[in-house]
Amino acid sequence: MVDLAVDIGGLRLANPVMPASGTFADGLARVIDFNRLGAFVTKTVTRELRAGNPTPRVAETAGGMLNSIGIPSKGVDYFISQTLPFYRRFTPPLIASISAPTADGFASLAAEIGVAGVAAIEANISCPNLEQDGRAFAMTPQATAGVVARLRAATKLPLWVKLTPNTGDIADVARAAEANGADAVIVANTILAMAIDVETFRPRLGSITGGLSGPAVKPIILRQVYQCARAVKIGIVGCGGIANGNDAVEYLLAGARAVQVGTATFVHPTAMIRVVDELDDFCKRRGFARVSALTGALMSAGADETDVEWRQEAGE
Amino acid sequence: MIAGVEPLLSPFSLGRPLAMDTVHATHSLFPVAEQSAAVITNAAVNAEYKHLIVAVEAPAIDVVAGQFFHLLCPPSDGAAPFLRRPMSVYAADRTRGCVEFLYKVTGAGTRGLATLAPGDRLNVLGPLGRGFTLAPSWRHIAVVGRGVGLATLAPLALMAERADVGVTAILSARRPDLVMSVELFRAHGAEVVVVTDSDHSSDVGNVERLLRGLATRHKADALFTCGSNRLLLLLQQFGKELGIPGQVALEQQMGCALGMCFCCVRDFHAADGGVEHRRVCWEGPVFDLQEPLSW
Repeated sequence: MVDLAVDIGGLRLANPVMPASGTFADGLARVIDFNRLGAFVTKTVTRELRAGNPTPRVAETAGGMLNSIGIPSKGVDYFISQTLPFYRRFTPPLIASISAPTADGFASLAAEIGVAGVAAIEANISCPNLEQDGRAFAMTPQATAGVVARLRAATKLPLWVKLTPNTGDIADVARAAEANGADAVIVANTILAMAIDVETFRPRLGSITGGLSGPAVKPIILRQVYQCARAVKIGIVGCGGIANGNDAVEYLLAGARAVQVGTATFVHPTAMIRVVDELDDFCKRRGFARVSALTGALMSAGADETDVEWRQEAGE
Repeated sequence: MIAGVEPLLSPFSLGRPLAMDTVHATHSLFPVAEQSAAVITNAAVNAEYKHLIVAVEAPAIDVVAGQFFHLLCPPSDGAAPFLRRPMSVYAADRTRGCVEFLYKVTGAGTRGLATLAPGDRLNVLGPLGRGFTLAPSWRHIAVVGRGVGLATLAPLALMAERADVGVTAILSARRPDLVMSVELFRAHGAEVVVVTDSDHSSDVGNVERLLRGLATRHKADALFTCGSNRLLLLLQQFGKELGIPGQVALEQQMGCALGMCFCCVRDFHAADGGVEHRRVCWEGPVFDLQEPLSW
């Protein structure tokens, strides 16, 4: 009997597997047992009503997909009166993903959405579609520090902060989140990208650029989880291209305490259940009594610590 | 749909672990499931379309007319499409345990489908979406379709026959050799009118003339359409003028097909007079005839 429970970001989860925001909704309950998930993460809620981006909103690429959905949102009242009640019948804790165009907007939304039934807040300070040229708070440690400090002052709920991979030094951004009161960071979101149809000469997304996700991004995000794990003590949720148990194990070894599964659910709606089952199998097979023992258990490949430091400074 | 379905797989009664292969689910417990379906036949019906029949178990066999499956298409030219492809159901036979699709080979997904041979496996997710419905008061319906829409409308013939509702099907195509579903509609007692571009009988004016004739003879208690924006706009105007209700099946590129990703939104008339987005996979693919702005 493997203990799959993990403590992360102020919550105790029955297992470390949860959906990535924007890839999960009530419709999935028609295919899988929601009580087998470690947590729920809702689609990002904004205060303003948002229609989202023009179509096409999704384009396939090698080993993944681009999206520019644009965070369509029906607002806070709809979330509290319609979305939340659906999840009350299930046992996993619900994490509400929020976004806003300003730090003040983030703070007031966090305060307003902290109602019964919301176990934690995931501040999506990274969505690349939100602002002009894909700029987002999480691109710089300074902007991250500012918005996280405002969020921390506005809510007593566990505060999880979703970082963007589209930044020069993600470890510095993670440090800024931790220093200003974040209880956990999600590493990471989609990678800014584009694709062009060579027959029509048009971009393959209605909003020209979008975010890359799926197996293609896994090695990049895994590296970022590893870098963040060396920089902060708060929990890290790995999110990027996870589709099976081994993918999740890689993230845990790199330093994540939990994982989010997103794009894989579009291809196989049972992907999260598969990850839970295969994590359990992995621990049994390798003799781990607790899945939490995998976190940060990466063995260095023969290099001593100073050698690793040197290679990082050299920009590798 | 979940009501009445026996939980066939119990970890206690079977004494073996659940399958951990490409299909990872306790599917008989849920109204929608991924399953590995065996291909029975996959043959060309004309120069452009192929007819695929696969063997399925519950819950796929509970599919109703207008619903669809999300297909994990096999590779063609070496690369498999990353995302699934939505495909409306052409026919379903509960006693034989199979569902059928009619598809045009156009892109990477359908090129992959075209490679399937009898005995091959196809991963299908479904049944999905809201299908067609028949009101008890309707005695005779008019079905107007074109192109790929003919496949989507075809299972209405059986649905109407079982409900003792008469059907007149106006089937439109570029040329006579590209008209599909004629035999299927006739086999279920429908009256079929074929209209084509090649003899100009598919012109909107002529289709409207045919519809007026049906309405006069009380053969258009409701209107059903799929496959053409021109025909949708005609039916909307005609239905509004004569107060005839109707339904339309829409298509759109999809991501998840379960209402999660908001990839497949289209524009609809909102109750407040404005325009709103709705998800074709979740609120549809069958909508009230008057609601969409376009096909």
